[in-house]
Amino acid sequence: MEFFLQLLVNGVCIGLIYGISAMGFVMIFKASSVINFAHGELLAAGAFFFFTLTAWAGVPVYAAFLLTLAASFILGFIVERLFLRPLIGEPLIEVIMLTIGLSSLFKGLMLLLWGGNLYTFPDFLPESLSLRFGAITIPPVYTGALVIGIFFLALFGLFFKYSSQGIFMRSVADNQTAALSLGVHVKRVFALSWGIAALVAAISGITLGIMNGINVHELSSIGLKVFPVVILGGLDSITGAVIGGILIGLLETFTGGYLSTSLKDVVPFIVLVIVLLIKPYGLFGLVEIERV
Amino acid sequence: MRRLTFHPCGNYKERYEEELKVFSTDFGRLWSAVGIVILFAVVPFISGPYTLYILNMVGIASIAAVGLNILIGFTGQISLGHGAFLGVGAYSAAILATNLNMPCWISIPSAALITALVGMIFGIPSVRLKGLYLTIATLAGQFIIEYLLVHWEDLTRGTMGITLPAASILGIDVAGDRNFFFLIYVSLGLTVWTAVNLIRTKYGRAFIAIRDNDRAAEGMGIPLFRYKLLSFAVSSFYAGFAGGLWAYYMVSVTSEPFNLLLSVEYIAMVIIGGLGSIAGSIYGAVFITLLNEGLRLGTDLLMNMDLFPEVGLNIAPIRELVFGLAIILFILFEPKGIAEVWRIIRSSFRLWPFSY
Repeated sequence: MEFFLQLLVNGVCIGLIYGISAMGFVMIFKASSVINFAHGELLAAGAFFFFTLTAWAGVPVYAAFLLTLAASFILGFIVERLFLRPLIGEPLIEVIMLTIGLSSLFKGLMLLLWGGNLYTFPDFLPESLSLRFGAITIPPVYTGALVIGIFFLALFGLFFKYSSQGIFMRSVADNQTAALSLGVHVKRVFALSWGIAALVAAISGITLGIMNGINVHELSSIGLKVFPVVILGGLDSITGAVIGGILIGLLETFTGGYLSTSLKDVVPFIVLVIVLLIKPYGLFGLVEIERV
Repeated sequence: MRRLTFHPCGNYKERYEEELKVFSTDFGRLWSAVGIVILFAVVPFISGPYTLYILNMVGIASIAAVGLNILIGFTGQISLGHGAFLGVGAYSAAILATNLNMPCWISIPSAALITALVGMIFGIPSVRLKGLYLTIATLAGQFIIEYLLVHWEDLTRGTMGITLPAASILGIDVAGDRNFFFLIYVSLGLTVWTAVNLIRTKYGRAFIAIRDNDRAAEGMGIPLFRYKLLSFAVSSFYAGFAGGLWAYYMVSVTSEPFNLLLSVEYIAMVIIGGLGSIAGSIYGAVFITLLNEGLRLGTDLLMNMDLFPEVGLNIAPIRELVFGLAIILFILFEPKGIAEVWRIIRSSFRLWPFSY
């Protein structure tokens, strides 16, 4: 029972991080219908930037965090401007292939800069964050991840609901042409959504890094794990992404705990195929009606 | 003999059969024949083992790339699992050859058939899914197959890999780069011939109709499910064939090469070569294989020169970087690939001095 509860807690914590990284992915997809294969690399870029600032440059943690967020936002912005903007209106395969190319490019760059080793962040979380409920303990990194996760989830919820840019983004996601005719600067919304997505990716990269340490290969493979999450939740639903994230996190930790650790990484994809066969647009996704 | 035909300076085609011709002029036919003669009678005897090795890798990659182009370029179904299908072919050939003692001229086609079946299984989601969702489903297929290749140990011997017996066709040993050159390039010739002709039949036209608009194609009486499955089957047949050849050529099979990166490499070949062009797939295969080899040689050279002894120069990151850059540059500047560049060069010669 204790083992079960411990797995439950771990699963929810990891799942929440998956949910947050999926949120950035969904944001790009909703705004510009681009499926981003380079999401894992954006995640890793954020985590490594933060690592360089804190461990090598000795910048205080909070300043480093804010700097990383700003840098990731700019990175996302530049990526959209340079690579995705020329492809607006081009066929799907070219866009997919471009993001695959981007992921390869970024991964190569990061491997050149930081190498393929595992690094750990300097310890900055206070020991008092460790929670105990009876027999199960939540280590401070998990609590920290949980707090950061919930905080940013709430923040983005409010951003989309009340800020004008958030409303613009939702309107573009809802109907691009209508938004354009009502005076929404659609291109700016695309750029903004890439910026915010990169920022969200950096947050999840940093939290994952606090939990498991950072490694280019590990972090960029998270970008692929986003797919089962978003398919489960529906490609265009942000709440769906979070719920899907938690479900996949639970699924992974339980398979890892009870069945086998090697099966852990494949199970999400098996579930993905099953979900796609039963409900092709995910649990919370919008059913597309297509006309010839 | 009738007179040689030249390119007319306009479109004078009157019947549909003229559209369907493989060679629009006799010069095309002539040069292809000359090319084939040079390929088989001259090239293998003047090139050294290293050149032959590269040529063989290009040949194997071309077979698989032609298959992927039928799926992506002609049917419009994006697959991220082609590398895994290649692995299925390689493992099937290896298992058939070791467990059932099949000679290679049976085991390679059987491996291709098995791969076609597996491909059809992973093509089933294409009934209901398209575009992004199908891409993600094939991505899942890639991971599931990769997992099975490593963990189905009774069949695949896990991480140990399988060593194949030497290939022999009707008592003649196929060993060494030169013999494999003939095996691989005869297979390539056959597969390209089949692919070119497949595209001209009603099946090929149905594929193209599905690519252009699948709902409209269905409205015109093309059974979508059957044709999409057929396309997956043909494409994985090619992948399986290439995988079987690969297994025999490399002598031993492990699961490592058949990862997502290989699938991405094949998509890159198809895009860089030219979507919807059989010749383009071969250009792409040549480009990517040479790029890989060139990068390997380049990094070796840099390491030997010891210019930056403190930098542990490693091929993997540079390869990923250049690879990604090549894909991005091609998509941004020449989305139709090398086939289009080649067409422009040719037509500017033909239209000289009025080329545009």
